Amino acid sequence: MRHDTIEKSLNLMIVLIVAAISVGGLIEIVPLMMSSDTTEPDEGIGVYSPLRLAGRDVYVREGCYNCHSQMIRPFRSETERYGPFTTAGETVYDRPFQFGSKRTGPDLARVGGRYSDDWQRLHLMDPRALVPESNMPGYPWLADNLVDPELVTAKLRALQLLGDPYTDEQIAGAAAAVEGRSELDALVAYLQELGTNRKNRR
Amino acid sequence: MKSRKTACSAQALQLEDNSIQNRGLTLDTAASYNDKVVRQFSIMVVIWGIVGMLVGVFIAAQLIWPQLNFDLPFLTYSRLRPLHTNAVIFAFGGSALFATSYYVVQRTCHVRLAFDKLAAFTFWGWQLIIVLAAITLPLGITQSKEYAELEWPIDLLIAVVWVAYAIVFFATIAKRRIKHIYVANWFYGAFIITVAVLHIFNNLALPVTLTKSYIIYTGVVDAMMQWWYGHNAVGFFLTAGFLGMMYYFVPKQAGRPVYSYRLSVVHFWSLIAVYMWAGPHHLHYTSLPDWAQTLGMVFSIILLAPSWGGMINGMMTLSGAWHKLRSDPILKFMIVALSFYGMSTFEGPMMSIKTVNALSHYTNWTIGHVHSGALGWVAMMTIGSIYSLLPRLYNRESMYSIKLIDAHFWTSTIGVVLYAVSMWIAGVTEGLMWRAVNSDGTLTYSFVESLKAVEPYHYFRLLGGLIFFSGMIIMAYNVWKTVSDKKPVPVAVLDPA
Repeated sequence: MRHDTIEKSLNLMIVLIVAAISVGGLIEIVPLMMSSDTTEPDEGIGVYSPLRLAGRDVYVREGCYNCHSQMIRPFRSETERYGPFTTAGETVYDRPFQFGSKRTGPDLARVGGRYSDDWQRLHLMDPRALVPESNMPGYPWLADNLVDPELVTAKLRALQLLGDPYTDEQIAGAAAAVEGRSELDALVAYLQELGTNRKNRR
Repeated sequence: MKSRKTACSAQALQLEDNSIQNRGLTLDTAASYNDKVVRQFSIMVVIWGIVGMLVGVFIAAQLIWPQLNFDLPFLTYSRLRPLHTNAVIFAFGGSALFATSYYVVQRTCHVRLAFDKLAAFTFWGWQLIIVLAAITLPLGITQSKEYAELEWPIDLLIAVVWVAYAIVFFATIAKRRIKHIYVANWFYGAFIITVAVLHIFNNLALPVTLTKSYIIYTGVVDAMMQWWYGHNAVGFFLTAGFLGMMYYFVPKQAGRPVYSYRLSVVHFWSLIAVYMWAGPHHLHYTSLPDWAQTLGMVFSIILLAPSWGGMINGMMTLSGAWHKLRSDPILKFMIVALSFYGMSTFEGPMMSIKTVNALSHYTNWTIGHVHSGALGWVAMMTIGSIYSLLPRLYNRESMYSIKLIDAHFWTSTIGVVLYAVSMWIAGVTEGLMWRAVNSDGTLTYSFVESLKAVEPYHYFRLLGGLIFFSGMIIMAYNVWKTVSDKKPVPVAVLDPA
């Protein structure tokens, strides 16, 4: 077919553009949705508890992904620094994924348990009190904000609807589980369990 | 083939004649171009450019002085960085694409833009989206997916405005008065269609409240969907759309026909098809399955060819007119933009090679790469095109001051070079320090030592950004002096030759 024909017909051009741009995505994305490698949880990986979910949503809201990755690559220098490399099965309950694309600060995929709860709290309030060279901003308002129990219940329901295996009992108990807890409590609870499903971590 | 090449050259040359304007004549609306919406978007390009780059300068300063968030949530780096990226891509770049596509499609189809009211709706709708973004992102209302941070109500509004944009653009082409669709419109058309597809699929989410939703994908699937979107936001929003701009304004400014018709055909189809496969290079060595990473790498390397096809076609359009670079700073903007396009589309495929990516990923090298594309290519092509466009929209021979355009050219060039070079050095430094091991196998450096090591480059980056930003202030002054005392006059639709 001469290109002449295409550039004289708007409809033909639109159809061919749609065809040209459709192939790549279909081939690269659809198989991932079907594959057990990318959709089934690793051993020890379950849905987020109500408090950790609230903490994860604080992490998402504050945009921590702008400076911290959660994806340890399979290099010796990375496993030495951060622990075992991250697997697909560890992220199947992550909406959205938080792999990140820039490390202004260190990777957090296995930060759980590395520091004490008190260290994490103080560090989030005033990073340079603990790491003088750090250029991380402080997040002191997290200590003043309370987690909204009703919102957490609604979130669990939405996630259940999307297919995450929350039980009705978990949803019924969600409000009580976060009642009176601050966003700082929630975020620390989230961070402190990150990557703790693997035993041989650093 | 020879006759078609001549036809194309004739078409490109005919662009020149578009500047013949029936000034002073009263025209009924159907006989004149709809330049009001073009003027509106063009002015907003300058305003959003200043806003977006100012936020960029501010967050660059915060990386040196983190206290600059004053412990206030809405001034915190992690909330403002998405505001910076959204403002420069969608507000500055988006307004430039709307303005030039509306201008170009009318001139190359020899008809008035379709649906005046719908076109006006795209302007006000797009501005509303930008304002909503500027309010919600600092408040922490975000999906935390890069360049797709905006929450679901705004995403819906974007979809509606985008469909309206597509209707206006394609309906204008449908009523064209010449048989051939001009090459710039192929690129604009592909950009409009693809951005709609990307936006809709990447943002499918279940709302919980008005300000919070959960994306329907999880983990690795979500990551692949996001970078299919993210890379093609670069490929179509920041590349195909701007190539459309290039294919009109470079020949126009140089007064020469497009270098090669055949090259434009080949590189158009290969560019749009190949780009869509390149997303996985953002996920090298992650838990994305290897086959997908390899596909992403292979197609990213192939992408060098169609990218350089566009660069060569633009550059060579100047053959026979190189002397104009001495006297025309607008042409200098365009040629340097094409040079940065060529450079960053060489750098990109190189960084997509897994062994190179192992070093560059997560470092400032990526930031340097992005800015040589965004400032060097996108912003400089935009600035050149706006300088070329504005006098025509305001019934003037040229901008208020050519000297100020030249000053702007040099501040932009020096700014982007300083920025990119400092980020390259910083990135390679970080990459090497993170992987350095002692002879006993332990790590040589702690993480914070790598942060300390790149601090000097944070200063150079801030300086480069400030210099580039100061150029935008010069532009604002020049634009103000150009448009403030001029009354726009309707321009008659030119009959096809």
